[in-house]
Amino acid sequence: MATGVFSQGRAKISERTLRTDKWWIQPLITVAVLFSFIVYATWRALENAHYYAEPLISPFYSPCLSTTCVEGSSLLGTPFGHILIFGMVLSPAFIILIFPLGFRMTCYYYRKAYFRSFWMSPPACAVAEPHAKYTGETKAPLIVNNGHRYFFYIGLVFNTLLTIDAFLAFKNPQGQWGHMSIGTVVLLLNATFLWGYSASCHSCRHAIGGRLRHFSKHPFRYKAWTIVSRLNQKHQNFAWVSLIWVAFSDFFVRMVSLHPTWNKYFF
Amino acid sequence: MARTLKLRIWRGDDKTGGLQDVTVEANHGEVVLDIIHRVQATQMGDLAVRWNCKAGKCGSCSMEINGKPRLACMTQVAAYPEDEVITITPLRAFPVIKDLVTDVSFNYKKAMEIPSLEMPAGMKPGEPRMQQVDVERSQEFRKCIECFLCQNTCHVIRDHEENKKSFAGPRFFIRIAELDMHPLDMLRNRKKTAQEEHGLGLCNITKCCTEVCPEHIKITDNAIIPMKERVADEKYDPIRWLGSKIRRREDVL
Repeated sequence: MATGVFSQGRAKISERTLRTDKWWIQPLITVAVLFSFIVYATWRALENAHYYAEPLISPFYSPCLSTTCVEGSSLLGTPFGHILIFGMVLSPAFIILIFPLGFRMTCYYYRKAYFRSFWMSPPACAVAEPHAKYTGETKAPLIVNNGHRYFFYIGLVFNTLLTIDAFLAFKNPQGQWGHMSIGTVVLLLNATFLWGYSASCHSCRHAIGGRLRHFSKHPFRYKAWTIVSRLNQKHQNFAWVSLIWVAFSDFFVRMVSLHPTWNKYFF
Repeated sequence: MARTLKLRIWRGDDKTGGLQDVTVEANHGEVVLDIIHRVQATQMGDLAVRWNCKAGKCGSCSMEINGKPRLACMTQVAAYPEDEVITITPLRAFPVIKDLVTDVSFNYKKAMEIPSLEMPAGMKPGEPRMQQVDVERSQEFRKCIECFLCQNTCHVIRDHEENKKSFAGPRFFIRIAELDMHPLDMLRNRKKTAQEEHGLGLCNITKCCTEVCPEHIKITDNAIIPMKERVADEKYDPIRWLGSKIRRREDVL
Protein backbone atom coordinates (compact mmCIF):
# COMPACT_ATOMS: atom_id res chain seq x y z
CA MET A 1 0.00 0.00 0.00
CA ALA A 2 1.30 3.42 -0.93
CA THR A 3 2.54 5.53 1.93
CA GLY A 4 4.36 8.81 2.41
CA VAL A 5 3.92 11.39 -0.33
CA PHE A 6 2.07 8.78 -2.38
CA SER A 7 -0.54 8.13 0.32
CA GLN A 8 -4.20 8.14 -0.52
CA GLY A 9 -5.70 11.60 -0.37
CA ARG A 10 -2.50 13.51 -0.93
CA ALA A 11 -1.85 15.42 -4.15
CA LYS A 12 -1.21 12.95 -6.97
CA ILE A 13 2.37 13.68 -7.95
CA SER A 14 4.53 10.89 -9.30
CA GLU A 15 7.95 12.42 -8.48
CA ARG A 16 9.57 11.69 -5.12
CA THR A 17 10.67 15.31 -5.05
CA LEU A 18 10.21 18.34 -7.24
CA ARG A 19 13.30 20.09 -5.95
CA THR A 20 15.35 21.54 -8.78
CA ASP A 21 18.43 22.54 -6.79
CA LYS A 22 21.42 20.22 -6.29
CA TRP A 23 20.14 18.82 -2.99
CA TRP A 24 22.28 15.69 -3.36
CA ILE A 25 25.62 17.53 -3.15
CA GLN A 26 25.62 18.00 0.62
CA PRO A 27 24.91 14.35 1.50
CA LEU A 28 27.44 13.28 -1.12
CA ILE A 29 30.19 15.42 0.42
CA THR A 30 29.26 14.15 3.89
CA VAL A 31 29.50 10.54 2.73
CA ALA A 32 32.82 11.19 1.02
CA VAL A 33 34.43 12.84 4.06
CA LEU A 34 33.04 10.47 6.70
CA PHE A 35 33.77 7.38 4.62
CA SER A 36 37.34 8.58 3.99
CA PHE A 37 37.78 9.14 7.72
CA ILE A 38 36.41 5.69 8.58
CA VAL A 39 38.70 3.99 6.05
CA TYR A 40 41.76 5.95 7.21
CA ALA A 41 41.04 5.45 10.93
CA THR A 42 40.43 1.71 10.46
CA TRP A 43 43.63 1.28 8.47
CA ARG A 44 45.63 3.22 11.07
CA ALA A 45 44.15 1.27 13.94
CA LEU A 46 44.95 -2.00 12.18
CA GLU A 47 48.46 -0.86 11.29
CA ASN A 48 49.43 -0.88 14.99
CA ALA A 49 52.69 0.94 14.29
CA HIS A 50 54.15 4.43 13.78
CA TYR A 51 51.92 6.01 16.38
CA TYR A 52 54.61 7.27 18.72
CA ALA A 53 57.53 9.53 17.92
CA GLU A 54 58.77 10.81 21.26
CA PRO A 55 57.33 13.07 22.58
CA LEU A 56 54.41 12.92 20.12
CA ILE A 57 51.67 10.32 20.32
CA SER A 58 48.85 9.86 17.86
CA PRO A 59 45.39 10.72 19.23
CA PHE A 60 44.15 7.42 17.79
CA TYR A 61 46.37 5.55 20.26
CA SER A 62 46.22 7.78 23.33
CA PRO A 63 46.04 6.62 26.06
CA CYS A 64 47.95 3.52 24.98
CA LEU A 65 46.81 0.88 27.44
CA SER A 66 48.25 -2.38 26.15
CA THR A 67 51.49 -4.16 26.95
CA THR A 68 52.05 -4.15 23.20
CA CYS A 69 52.38 -0.36 23.24
CA VAL A 70 55.68 1.16 22.18
CA GLU A 71 57.91 1.91 25.15
CA GLY A 72 57.30 5.36 26.58
CA SER A 73 53.92 5.81 24.90
CA SER A 74 51.74 4.73 27.83
CA LEU A 75 50.56 7.64 29.91
CA LEU A 76 48.35 5.59 32.23
CA GLY A 77 50.19 2.27 32.36
CA THR A 78 49.35 -0.91 30.49
CA PRO A 79 46.44 -2.73 32.15
CA PHE A 80 45.67 -4.72 28.99
CA GLY A 81 47.92 -7.56 27.93
CA HIS A 82 48.29 -9.26 24.56
CA ILE A 83 44.77 -9.75 23.30
CA LEU A 84 44.54 -12.06 20.32
CA ILE A 85 41.66 -11.86 17.87
CA PHE A 86 41.64 -14.37 15.01
CA GLY A 87 45.31 -15.00 15.77
CA MET A 88 46.25 -11.34 15.46
CA VAL A 89 47.36 -9.07 18.27
CA LEU A 90 44.65 -6.54 19.02
CA SER A 91 45.81 -3.04 18.25
CA PRO A 92 45.71 -0.80 21.34
CA ALA A 93 43.75 1.71 19.25
CA PHE A 94 40.73 -0.60 19.26
CA ILE A 95 40.66 -0.62 23.07
CA ILE A 96 39.94 3.11 23.20
CA LEU A 97 38.47 4.14 19.85
CA ILE A 98 34.99 2.94 20.78
CA PHE A 99 34.61 5.89 23.17
CA PRO A 100 35.33 8.83 20.82
CA LEU A 101 33.51 6.88 18.10
CA GLY A 102 30.48 6.51 20.39
CA PHE A 103 30.61 10.21 21.24
CA ARG A 104 30.45 11.13 17.56
CA MET A 105 27.94 8.44 16.57
CA THR A 106 25.46 9.66 19.20
CA CYS A 107 26.22 13.37 18.61
CA TYR A 108 23.15 15.43 17.71
CA TYR A 109 24.97 17.01 14.78
CA TYR A 110 26.38 13.78 13.37
CA ARG A 111 22.94 12.22 13.66
CA LYS A 112 21.72 14.73 11.12
CA ALA A 113 24.79 14.07 8.96
CA TYR A 114 24.60 10.29 8.85
CA PHE A 115 20.82 9.95 8.86
CA ARG A 116 20.69 12.17 5.81
CA SER A 117 23.73 11.01 3.90
CA PHE A 118 24.20 7.34 4.79
CA TRP A 119 20.72 6.20 5.73
CA MET A 120 18.86 8.68 3.50
CA SER A 121 16.23 9.21 6.14
CA PRO A 122 15.63 11.63 4.49
CA PRO A 123 18.45 12.38 2.00
CA ALA A 124 17.41 16.06 2.01
CA CYS A 125 14.43 18.09 3.14
CA ALA A 126 11.27 17.35 1.14
CA VAL A 127 13.00 14.52 -0.70
CA ALA A 128 11.15 11.28 -0.03
CA GLU A 129 13.17 8.64 1.77
CA PRO A 130 13.39 5.12 0.32
CA HIS A 131 12.43 3.25 3.51
CA ALA A 132 9.00 1.71 3.92
CA LYS A 133 9.05 1.72 7.73
CA TYR A 134 10.49 4.13 10.24
CA THR A 135 10.78 3.85 14.01
CA GLY A 136 13.31 6.60 14.66
CA GLU A 137 15.22 6.44 17.90
CA THR A 138 12.65 4.43 19.81
CA LYS A 139 14.19 0.97 19.31
CA ALA A 140 17.59 -0.73 19.42
CA PRO A 141 20.18 0.13 18.26
CA LEU A 142 19.30 3.79 17.72
CA ILE A 143 17.79 4.13 21.18
CA VAL A 144 21.43 4.21 22.36
CA ASN A 145 21.56 7.76 20.99
CA ASN A 146 19.65 8.80 24.11
CA GLY A 147 22.79 8.03 26.11
CA HIS A 148 24.85 10.70 24.36
CA ARG A 149 25.64 12.38 27.67
CA TYR A 150 27.63 9.39 28.93
CA PHE A 151 29.85 9.50 25.86
CA PHE A 152 30.19 13.24 26.43
CA TYR A 153 31.47 12.66 29.97
CA ILE A 154 33.93 10.00 28.77
CA GLY A 155 34.97 12.38 26.00
CA LEU A 156 36.01 14.90 28.65
CA VAL A 157 38.46 12.33 30.06
CA PHE A 158 39.93 11.82 26.58
CA ASN A 159 40.17 15.58 26.05
CA THR A 160 42.12 15.87 29.29
CA LEU A 161 44.51 13.09 28.29
CA LEU A 162 45.04 14.55 24.82
CA THR A 163 45.69 17.95 26.39
CA ILE A 164 48.35 16.33 28.58
CA ASP A 165 49.81 14.78 25.40
CA ALA A 166 49.96 18.26 23.86
CA PHE A 167 51.81 19.64 26.88
CA LEU A 168 54.21 16.70 26.85
CA ALA A 169 55.01 17.79 23.30
CA PHE A 170 56.85 20.76 24.83
CA LYS A 171 59.68 18.26 25.41
CA ASN A 172 62.33 17.37 22.89
CA PRO A 173 63.02 13.75 21.86
CA GLN A 174 65.59 13.53 24.67
CA GLY A 175 62.87 14.29 27.23
CA GLN A 176 64.00 17.81 28.10
CA TRP A 177 61.31 20.45 28.74
CA GLY A 178 61.13 23.89 27.19
CA HIS A 179 61.04 22.99 23.51
CA MET A 180 58.38 23.51 20.91
CA SER A 181 57.92 21.99 17.49
CA ILE A 182 55.39 21.74 14.70
CA GLY A 183 54.11 18.63 16.46
CA THR A 184 53.44 20.70 19.59
CA VAL A 185 51.25 23.06 17.56
CA VAL A 186 49.48 20.17 15.85
CA LEU A 187 48.61 18.46 19.16
CA LEU A 188 47.67 21.75 20.87
CA LEU A 189 45.26 22.55 18.04
CA ASN A 190 43.91 19.01 18.23
CA ALA A 191 43.15 19.39 21.94
CA THR A 192 41.66 22.86 21.39
CA PHE A 193 39.31 21.68 18.66
CA LEU A 194 38.24 18.68 20.74
CA TRP A 195 37.50 20.90 23.74
CA GLY A 196 35.53 23.17 21.41
CA TYR A 197 33.58 20.19 20.12
CA SER A 198 32.80 19.00 23.67
CA ALA A 199 32.02 22.46 25.05
CA SER A 200 29.56 23.13 22.21
CA CYS A 201 27.84 19.75 22.66
CA HIS A 202 24.08 19.78 23.21
CA SER A 203 24.41 17.48 26.24
CA CYS A 204 26.95 19.89 27.70
CA ARG A 205 24.50 22.75 27.12
CA HIS A 206 21.81 20.78 28.91
CA ALA A 207 24.04 19.83 31.85
CA ILE A 208 25.36 23.37 32.27
CA GLY A 209 21.93 24.95 32.54
CA GLY A 210 19.52 23.68 29.91
CA ARG A 211 17.59 21.58 32.40
CA LEU A 212 16.79 24.57 34.61
CA ARG A 213 13.31 26.09 34.70
CA HIS A 214 14.29 29.21 36.66
CA PHE A 215 17.38 30.83 35.22
CA SER A 216 16.99 33.75 37.61
CA LYS A 217 17.61 31.46 40.58
CA HIS A 218 20.91 30.27 39.09
CA PRO A 219 22.69 33.34 37.68
CA PHE A 220 26.09 31.66 37.29
CA ARG A 221 24.67 28.63 35.53
CA TYR A 222 22.59 30.92 33.37
CA LYS A 223 25.70 32.87 32.35
CA ALA A 224 27.54 29.62 31.60
CA TRP A 225 24.52 28.39 29.62
CA THR A 226 24.52 31.53 27.46
CA ILE A 227 28.22 31.01 26.69
CA VAL A 228 27.74 27.33 25.85
CA SER A 229 24.66 28.26 23.79
CA ARG A 230 26.79 30.59 21.67
CA LEU A 231 29.35 27.82 21.18
CA ASN A 232 26.53 25.39 20.47
CA GLN A 233 25.62 27.36 17.35
CA LYS A 234 29.07 26.40 16.00
CA HIS A 235 28.81 22.74 16.98
CA GLN A 236 28.71 21.58 13.38
CA ASN A 237 31.91 23.51 12.60
CA PHE A 238 33.65 22.09 15.66
CA ALA A 239 32.46 18.60 14.69
CA TRP A 240 34.09 18.79 11.26
CA VAL A 241 37.27 20.64 12.15
CA SER A 242 37.98 18.41 15.16
CA LEU A 243 37.34 15.26 13.10
CA ILE A 244 39.62 16.31 10.27
CA TRP A 245 42.31 17.60 12.62
CA VAL A 246 42.41 14.45 14.71
CA ALA A 247 43.08 12.49 11.50
CA PHE A 248 45.69 15.02 10.43
CA SER A 249 47.35 14.82 13.86
CA ASP A 250 47.60 11.06 13.52
CA PHE A 251 48.95 11.44 9.99
CA PHE A 252 51.54 13.95 11.19
CA VAL A 253 52.72 11.70 14.03
CA ARG A 254 52.96 8.79 11.61
CA MET A 255 55.10 10.81 9.24
CA VAL A 256 57.33 12.03 12.08
CA SER A 257 57.69 8.44 13.24
CA LEU A 258 58.94 7.52 9.76
CA HIS A 259 60.85 10.76 9.09
CA PRO A 260 61.89 12.42 12.38
CA THR A 261 63.23 15.49 10.57
CA TRP A 262 59.66 16.46 9.61
CA ASN A 263 59.09 17.69 13.15
CA LYS A 264 60.94 20.99 12.96
CA TYR A 265 61.68 22.54 16.37
CA PHE A 266 61.12 26.27 16.83
CA PHE A 267 63.24 26.26 19.99
CA MET B 1 5.74 43.89 -16.93
CA ALA B 2 9.27 42.90 -16.09
CA ARG B 3 9.37 39.29 -17.20
CA THR B 4 7.36 36.39 -18.49
CA LEU B 5 7.09 33.47 -16.10
CA LYS B 6 6.50 29.85 -16.95
CA LEU B 7 4.66 28.03 -14.18
CA ARG B 8 3.45 24.53 -13.52
CA ILE B 9 0.59 24.62 -11.04
CA TRP B 10 -0.86 21.49 -9.52
CA ARG B 11 -4.61 21.32 -9.94
CA GLY B 12 -6.96 18.64 -8.74
CA ASP B 13 -8.51 17.14 -5.64
CA ASP B 14 -8.03 14.14 -3.36
CA LYS B 15 -8.92 11.72 -6.17
CA THR B 16 -7.07 13.01 -9.19
CA GLY B 17 -4.97 15.89 -10.41
CA GLY B 18 -1.82 16.99 -12.17
CA LEU B 19 0.48 19.83 -13.09
CA GLN B 20 -0.84 22.38 -15.57
CA ASP B 21 1.39 24.71 -17.58
CA VAL B 22 0.72 28.43 -17.35
CA THR B 23 2.53 31.45 -18.76
CA VAL B 24 2.03 34.72 -16.93
CA GLU B 25 3.60 38.15 -16.67
CA ALA B 26 5.42 39.21 -13.49
CA ASN B 27 6.40 42.66 -12.20
CA HIS B 28 9.53 43.70 -10.36
CA GLY B 29 9.35 42.90 -6.67
CA GLU B 30 6.44 40.51 -6.88
CA VAL B 31 6.17 37.37 -4.83
CA VAL B 32 4.82 33.99 -5.89
CA LEU B 33 1.47 34.68 -4.21
CA ASP B 34 1.06 37.78 -6.44
CA ILE B 35 1.60 35.59 -9.48
CA ILE B 36 -0.90 33.00 -8.28
CA HIS B 37 -3.45 35.78 -7.82
CA ARG B 38 -2.77 37.01 -11.36
CA VAL B 39 -3.25 33.50 -12.73
CA GLN B 40 -6.46 33.24 -10.72
CA ALA B 41 -7.70 36.59 -12.07
CA THR B 42 -6.80 36.05 -15.70
CA GLN B 43 -6.59 32.35 -16.53
CA MET B 44 -7.86 30.02 -13.82
CA GLY B 45 -10.81 31.64 -12.12
CA ASP B 46 -11.52 28.59 -9.98
CA LEU B 47 -7.93 28.03 -8.76
CA ALA B 48 -8.11 27.36 -5.03
CA VAL B 49 -5.44 28.92 -2.83
CA ARG B 50 -5.46 29.70 0.88
CA TRP B 51 -4.03 33.08 1.85
CA ASN B 52 -4.69 35.95 4.19
CA CYS B 53 -2.14 38.53 5.35
CA LYS B 54 0.40 38.54 2.49
CA ALA B 55 2.99 39.57 5.05
CA GLY B 56 4.42 36.29 6.30
CA LYS B 57 2.53 36.46 9.57
CA CYS B 58 -0.65 34.43 9.17
CA GLY B 59 0.89 31.21 7.89
CA SER B 60 -1.91 30.56 5.42
CA CYS B 61 -0.16 30.45 2.04
CA SER B 62 2.08 27.45 2.78
CA MET B 63 2.79 25.45 -0.36
CA GLU B 64 5.70 23.83 -2.16
CA ILE B 65 7.58 25.90 -4.71
CA ASN B 66 10.03 23.94 -6.82
CA GLY B 67 9.70 21.16 -4.30
CA LYS B 68 10.58 23.27 -1.27
CA PRO B 69 8.02 24.01 1.47
CA ARG B 70 7.64 27.79 1.57
CA LEU B 71 5.27 30.67 2.19
CA ALA B 72 4.16 31.93 -1.24
CA CYS B 73 3.90 35.48 0.09
CA MET B 74 7.55 35.47 1.20
CA THR B 75 9.02 33.94 -1.93
CA GLN B 76 10.36 36.51 -4.37
CA VAL B 77 9.91 35.69 -8.04
CA ALA B 78 13.28 37.34 -8.67
CA ALA B 79 14.94 34.52 -6.70
CA TYR B 80 14.37 32.20 -9.66
CA PRO B 81 16.37 32.42 -12.91
CA GLU B 82 14.47 33.83 -15.90
CA ASP B 83 14.55 30.53 -17.80
CA GLU B 84 13.43 28.39 -14.85
CA VAL B 85 9.97 26.89 -14.81
CA ILE B 86 8.47 27.38 -11.35
CA THR B 87 6.51 24.39 -10.10
CA ILE B 88 3.85 25.09 -7.47
CA THR B 89 2.15 22.27 -5.60
CA PRO B 90 0.13 21.91 -2.41
CA LEU B 91 1.80 20.65 0.77
CA ARG B 92 2.59 16.98 0.22
CA ALA B 93 2.29 15.74 3.79
CA PHE B 94 -1.42 16.47 4.13
CA PRO B 95 -4.55 15.43 2.22
CA VAL B 96 -5.39 17.80 -0.59
CA ILE B 97 -8.82 19.47 -0.68
CA LYS B 98 -8.57 21.33 -3.97
CA ASP B 99 -5.64 22.64 -6.00
CA LEU B 100 -3.20 24.34 -3.59
CA VAL B 101 -5.38 23.95 -0.50
CA THR B 102 -4.71 21.07 1.89
CA ASP B 103 -6.51 19.74 4.92
CA VAL B 104 -4.26 20.58 7.86
CA SER B 105 -6.72 19.50 10.55
CA PHE B 106 -4.18 16.87 11.67
CA ASN B 107 -2.34 19.74 13.35
CA TYR B 108 -5.38 21.03 15.21
CA LYS B 109 -6.10 17.56 16.56
CA LYS B 110 -2.52 17.30 17.80
CA ALA B 111 -2.78 20.77 19.39
CA MET B 112 -5.79 19.64 21.41
CA GLU B 113 -3.83 16.70 22.82
CA ILE B 114 -1.37 18.99 24.62
CA PRO B 115 -2.54 20.24 28.01
CA SER B 116 -2.33 24.01 28.52
CA LEU B 117 -0.18 25.82 31.06
CA GLU B 118 -1.07 24.70 34.58
CA MET B 119 -0.56 27.58 36.97
CA PRO B 120 0.26 27.11 40.68
CA ALA B 121 -2.83 26.55 42.81
CA GLY B 122 -4.38 29.77 44.00
CA MET B 123 -2.54 32.01 41.56
CA LYS B 124 -4.91 34.28 39.71
CA PRO B 125 -4.50 35.71 36.21
CA GLY B 126 -2.45 38.90 36.35
CA GLU B 127 -0.59 37.88 39.50
CA PRO B 128 2.47 36.08 38.03
CA ARG B 129 5.64 38.15 37.86
CA MET B 130 8.62 36.62 36.07
CA GLN B 131 12.04 37.85 35.11
CA GLN B 132 12.93 38.17 31.45
CA VAL B 133 15.65 35.50 31.64
CA ASP B 134 13.05 33.00 32.84
CA VAL B 135 10.70 33.47 29.92
CA GLU B 136 12.91 34.34 26.98
CA ARG B 137 13.47 30.72 25.92
CA SER B 138 9.72 30.21 25.68
CA GLN B 139 9.26 33.52 23.88
CA GLU B 140 11.25 32.29 20.89
CA PHE B 141 8.67 29.55 20.40
CA ARG B 142 5.79 32.04 20.60
CA LYS B 143 6.96 33.46 17.27
CA CYS B 144 5.41 30.42 15.59
CA ILE B 145 2.79 31.49 13.00
CA GLU B 146 1.45 27.94 12.56
CA CYS B 147 2.18 27.77 8.86
CA PHE B 148 2.87 24.03 9.40
CA LEU B 149 5.80 24.04 6.99
CA CYS B 150 7.80 22.20 9.66
CA GLN B 151 5.06 19.61 9.99
CA ASN B 152 4.92 19.26 6.22
CA THR B 153 8.64 18.76 5.73
CA CYS B 154 9.19 16.41 8.68
CA HIS B 155 9.90 13.04 7.08
CA VAL B 156 8.47 11.16 10.06
CA ILE B 157 4.95 11.91 8.82
CA ARG B 158 5.63 13.18 5.31
CA ASP B 159 7.15 9.83 4.32
CA HIS B 160 5.22 7.60 6.76
CA GLU B 161 1.49 8.22 6.93
CA GLU B 162 1.16 5.53 9.60
CA ASN B 163 3.22 7.63 12.05
CA LYS B 164 0.59 10.36 12.18
CA LYS B 165 -1.20 8.51 14.96
CA SER B 166 1.79 8.59 17.28
CA PHE B 167 3.74 11.69 16.27
CA ALA B 168 2.82 15.26 17.12
CA GLY B 169 5.50 16.90 14.96
CA PRO B 170 7.98 19.73 15.42
CA ARG B 171 5.39 22.49 15.79
CA PHE B 172 4.01 20.75 18.86
CA PHE B 173 7.40 19.82 20.25
CA ILE B 174 8.11 23.53 20.52
CA ARG B 175 4.77 23.92 22.28
CA ILE B 176 5.66 21.17 24.74
CA ALA B 177 9.15 22.64 25.23
CA GLU B 178 7.66 26.10 25.78
CA LEU B 179 5.47 24.75 28.57
CA ASP B 180 8.08 22.44 30.11
CA MET B 181 10.55 25.34 30.29
CA HIS B 182 7.94 27.70 31.72
CA PRO B 183 8.87 28.55 35.33
CA LEU B 184 5.28 28.48 36.54
CA ASP B 185 3.99 25.39 34.78
CA MET B 186 3.02 22.82 37.38
CA LEU B 187 2.33 19.90 35.09
CA ARG B 188 5.24 17.58 35.70
CA ASN B 189 4.58 14.80 33.20
CA ARG B 190 5.29 16.71 30.00
CA LYS B 191 8.59 14.90 29.39
CA LYS B 192 6.97 11.51 29.84
CA THR B 193 4.05 12.31 27.53
CA ALA B 194 6.36 13.95 24.98
CA GLN B 195 8.19 10.66 24.63
CA GLU B 196 5.38 8.18 25.10
CA GLU B 197 2.36 9.92 23.59
CA HIS B 198 3.67 12.57 21.23
CA GLY B 199 6.48 10.55 19.61
CA LEU B 200 9.52 12.64 20.48
CA GLY B 201 11.66 9.51 20.11
CA LEU B 202 10.74 9.25 16.45
CA CYS B 203 12.61 12.46 15.65
CA ASN B 204 16.10 11.73 14.35
CA ILE B 205 17.36 15.33 14.39
CA THR B 206 17.66 15.86 10.65
CA LYS B 207 16.75 19.53 11.17
CA CYS B 208 14.48 19.99 8.15
CA CYS B 209 11.92 21.68 10.40
CA THR B 210 14.48 24.33 11.32
CA GLU B 211 15.50 24.78 7.68
CA VAL B 212 12.00 25.62 6.49
CA CYS B 213 10.79 27.73 9.43
CA PRO B 214 9.94 31.21 8.07
CA GLU B 215 10.25 32.66 11.57
CA HIS B 216 13.76 31.21 11.93
CA ILE B 217 12.88 29.45 15.17
CA LYS B 218 15.70 27.08 16.11
CA ILE B 219 13.22 24.25 16.48
CA THR B 220 15.74 21.44 16.72
CA ASP B 221 18.50 23.05 18.75
CA ASN B 222 16.31 25.02 21.16
CA ALA B 223 13.23 22.83 21.55
CA ILE B 224 13.55 19.24 20.32
CA ILE B 225 17.09 18.50 21.53
CA PRO B 226 16.54 20.15 24.95
CA MET B 227 13.34 18.09 25.29
CA LYS B 228 15.20 14.92 24.30
CA GLU B 229 17.79 15.73 26.97
CA ARG B 230 15.04 16.33 29.53
CA VAL B 231 13.49 13.00 28.60
CA ALA B 232 16.92 11.38 28.95
CA ASP B 233 17.14 12.84 32.49
CA GLU B 234 14.06 10.88 33.48
CA LYS B 235 14.11 7.84 31.24
CA TYR B 236 17.60 7.03 29.97
CA ASP B 237 19.95 8.35 32.66
CA PRO B 238 19.80 6.09 35.74
CA ILE B 239 22.25 8.21 37.71
CA ARG B 240 20.33 11.39 37.08
CA TRP B 241 17.03 9.65 37.79
CA LEU B 242 18.34 8.32 41.09
CA GLY B 243 19.70 11.73 42.04
CA SER B 244 16.35 13.36 41.37
CA LYS B 245 14.59 10.80 43.59
CA ILE B 246 17.01 11.29 46.48
CA ARG B 247 17.27 15.07 46.35
CA ARG B 248 13.84 15.84 44.85
CA ARG B 249 15.30 18.74 42.89
CA GLU B 250 12.55 19.14 40.32
CA ASP B 251 10.83 21.92 42.23
CA VAL B 252 13.91 24.08 42.64
CA LEU B 253 15.15 23.74 39.08
